[in-house]
Amino acid sequence: MDKKVLIIGGGPAGIETAYSLALQDVKVVMIEKDANVCGNIQNWEKLFPDFKDAEEVRKILSQKLNHPNIEVITNTEIKNLYPQGNLWFAKNDDERIFEANAALLATGFEVFDAKRKEELGYGIYDNVITSADFEKMYKSRKILTAEGRVPQRIAFLNCVGSRDEKVGNHYCSRVCCINAVKQAIEFKELVPDAKAYCFYMDMRMAGQFYEELYRKSQEKYGVTYIRGRTSEAAVTRDNRIQIKAEDTLSALPMKMTVDLLVLMVGIEASAGTTLLSEQNDVLGLYGFAKPLGLYSEDNMTTKPGLFLAGTCKRPLTLPETLADARSAATDIIKYLKTTK
Amino acid sequence: MNFHPFILPFSLGAIVLFAIIIYKYVSWIKKLDRKQKYFVNKNMFTFKTIQATGEVIREALIHRNIYKKNPVLGYMHMSLAFGWFLLIVVGKTESSFYAGTFFEEPWLAIFFRYFAREPHEYFMATQFTFIMDFLLLVVLSGVLLAIIKRMRSKFMGMKKATKHSTFDRIALSALWWIFPLRLLAESTTAAITGNGGFLTGSLGNLMSGLPVQALELPLWWAYSTVLFAFFVALPFSRYMHIPTEVILIFLRKWGATAGEQYSGLSDIQINACSRCGICIDACQLNFAADINNVQSVYFIRDTRYHNLTDDIANNCLLCGRCTEACPVGIETTLIRQQMRNKAEIPGKHYYDYADVPDCNSKPEVVYFAGCMSHLTPSIIISMKKIFDAAGVKYWFMDEEKGLCCGRPMRQQGFVQQSKDLISKNMRMIHSSGAKVLVTSCPICYKSFRDEYVLEIPVLHHTEYIEKLIDSGKLELKNSGKSIVYHDPCELGRGCNVYDAPRAVLKEIGELRTSELEKENSLCCGGSLSNSVIDLATQTKIRDHGLEVLTASKPDILATACPLCKKSLVHGNKVIVKDIAEIVAVNIVNKKQPKKVQTAKNMNEFEVSYK
Repeated sequence: MDKKVLIIGGGPAGIETAYSLALQDVKVVMIEKDANVCGNIQNWEKLFPDFKDAEEVRKILSQKLNHPNIEVITNTEIKNLYPQGNLWFAKNDDERIFEANAALLATGFEVFDAKRKEELGYGIYDNVITSADFEKMYKSRKILTAEGRVPQRIAFLNCVGSRDEKVGNHYCSRVCCINAVKQAIEFKELVPDAKAYCFYMDMRMAGQFYEELYRKSQEKYGVTYIRGRTSEAAVTRDNRIQIKAEDTLSALPMKMTVDLLVLMVGIEASAGTTLLSEQNDVLGLYGFAKPLGLYSEDNMTTKPGLFLAGTCKRPLTLPETLADARSAATDIIKYLKTTK
Repeated sequence: MNFHPFILPFSLGAIVLFAIIIYKYVSWIKKLDRKQKYFVNKNMFTFKTIQATGEVIREALIHRNIYKKNPVLGYMHMSLAFGWFLLIVVGKTESSFYAGTFFEEPWLAIFFRYFAREPHEYFMATQFTFIMDFLLLVVLSGVLLAIIKRMRSKFMGMKKATKHSTFDRIALSALWWIFPLRLLAESTTAAITGNGGFLTGSLGNLMSGLPVQALELPLWWAYSTVLFAFFVALPFSRYMHIPTEVILIFLRKWGATAGEQYSGLSDIQINACSRCGICIDACQLNFAADINNVQSVYFIRDTRYHNLTDDIANNCLLCGRCTEACPVGIETTLIRQQMRNKAEIPGKHYYDYADVPDCNSKPEVVYFAGCMSHLTPSIIISMKKIFDAAGVKYWFMDEEKGLCCGRPMRQQGFVQQSKDLISKNMRMIHSSGAKVLVTSCPICYKSFRDEYVLEIPVLHHTEYIEKLIDSGKLELKNSGKSIVYHDPCELGRGCNVYDAPRAVLKEIGELRTSELEKENSLCCGGSLSNSVIDLATQTKIRDHGLEVLTASKPDILATACPLCKKSLVHGNKVIVKDIAEIVAVNIVNKKQPKKVQTAKNMNEFEVSYK
């Protein structure tokens, strides 16, 4: 087919769509704002629920980009996306213009900036980290406090920036619960004698094997789950973190001192997602892009030739993102075949 | 004797009116609380009474305050109030000259033209006729404006006019008819007897073709009847504000203010409300969130008629903007707080379980951060850094086992609980032997100032920082940033602290102004006082406020309240910092300060500045 598709975003969604299109003889130009492709999974060490090395997945995805029909352009951030006639155009800050028959938004998510919840002390106290920081530490298999000690007590705090009216995010980010289970197990494997606590509102274990892992974390690893949201964190004289919370099952306020507090930061629409959606009148709630419909039109938009894939629409897990990307490719090919 | 049966409705109405007013005055004064009675006794026979008389003339007759806010509205009130007052005074003088005695029939002045039919020969008769006609014209112009205002309130620069009750409608319709009917009655008489002036006489001439003989008595009857209707409806309508405002002005001048509990003064204040509706325009719930049935005017009306609902009593930010705007000076927020008071259980103590520490370290300063500052730890850390840099020995009173200051309880009407907290906190403060109490939270600050009886002065941290700068203990460098300052309600309107925060900010950056500042500043939307509105409504108020505050696109939006900071931060529009935070990163180090456990935070903060 002598058609070209522009894919904005070189994360899992962008790569998977690009490869599916390339296999169907469609030319693809994939534009990534960073130096490297693979997006947010670059920051992850192991994946839930099977503890697969993220590196393996990254390798598989990167190899797909070697297909001759795919051209990858990195270090290029698209600031302007617009249709003209039957064509789509994308521009970066240097006025470099890309042209194609269709465009796909695969601009993904960003993790919630935990500094916006000042009461939790991220960026203020040394021993408050985010789940993303935990992943980075875990690369070297060293989870340590700021003083370099091995923590004897660690707490994971769910729903930071998700299901939180105050910060304007009413939605559930879907991946943090299972990620907390995964990270708690990883920690307990490294430091079997330590205590691990996890504060939650609901443990949402809706994916395959999630529930099993949640049980295992309690039965085999002894992770303690406490239902209740933490209201504030303070620092103690020895630089540990004291958290105030309410145990809503026993209806009692509680204080707990831990060596390390991990904030399970939620998913927010990336700046690029919001910017390009807004330009094309496809901006939905909370800055995410809005698909044409929830069912068969989930990859389409109100704009002919503009498609969506992955977490630019809503929080999704990695397998869901990849499936969604392949489904986007199907819709794009259908569109290319019926349009001049 | 000058008598005709048509004077009877008027006379009856006047007797009823005076009886009710005297009854109300007496019962209100009896209900004043001890403090208010003390001030009345203390100041009744002083110069203050003369000052109050002057204010009555300025405000109740000339309506200077309304005039300053809105000239057309001011003229309307002045022409009606002062015009009518002069009509009575000049009319009475005229009728006394006419009768040759001061003790003529009391109704003579009211129906003077009907009775004084023969050519006028008393002292200055022509001049009196002219003046009375002129005054009637002035009052009529006021009536005309009032009618236009009812039809189109925007004409008066008011976006919302108050909705009326039945008594209001009766009194209002009667008021509209009094003066046109007086004009017609006098003109008819003038057509028959030729005793009119430039207005009534001319209109009389125009009426010469009509059957004036047959019209005259019915018109005088109608005039007397609408006066009756107005007088009888007045004590039950919003026009009760006319006689009540006078007594309010005297009480206020003597020093009486609204206390903790509802009292006679509260009664007087709610009766002094003219329901002008200026508070509706001042209210953010109205103009930012489109809620327009809870404002002070409606709250006061419902309180007066004993049908106040919790939904209205609790749907208020207690920001104080309406109190500031009220031309009568009604203490709207305090009265609302009184109406929220819950029943007390005698002898009950609520916080016996709370074990609070005494201070043993002999500090210079007691620092009370407040619950809200514990949710914005960066403010606390900045204050620690400031104390250390200035070399001040302080005791952080609520660092670990602190209690609430009691004000949020108080605002929700839990007075007893609040008092329990206050007594525990007072014990802690006094145990320290410190010379000054410093707090980071304006809500606590207001509570310490108004509800506590402290042996030491209390300062908000902005005032304290200003003192440290003035005394040379703290040296700051200019950051070169442009800053807009948001006045927190409790610090600004609540405690009258406007200058200290600005003085401090001028040391560190370029202070810009915003459209609504100081007394007119907006609430951030995060007020703890409103237990009715949801987050979406708070967000509307916040976003509107942010728009006003960031119009000049400052680098930093500064505030001095942890609660304001939290709500404004979530607007995600601009860097929001407490003054303490901005000060802490701009300290010029004279000596190496003690290392506070914050290094990481401060570096990050510097980064976000660049």
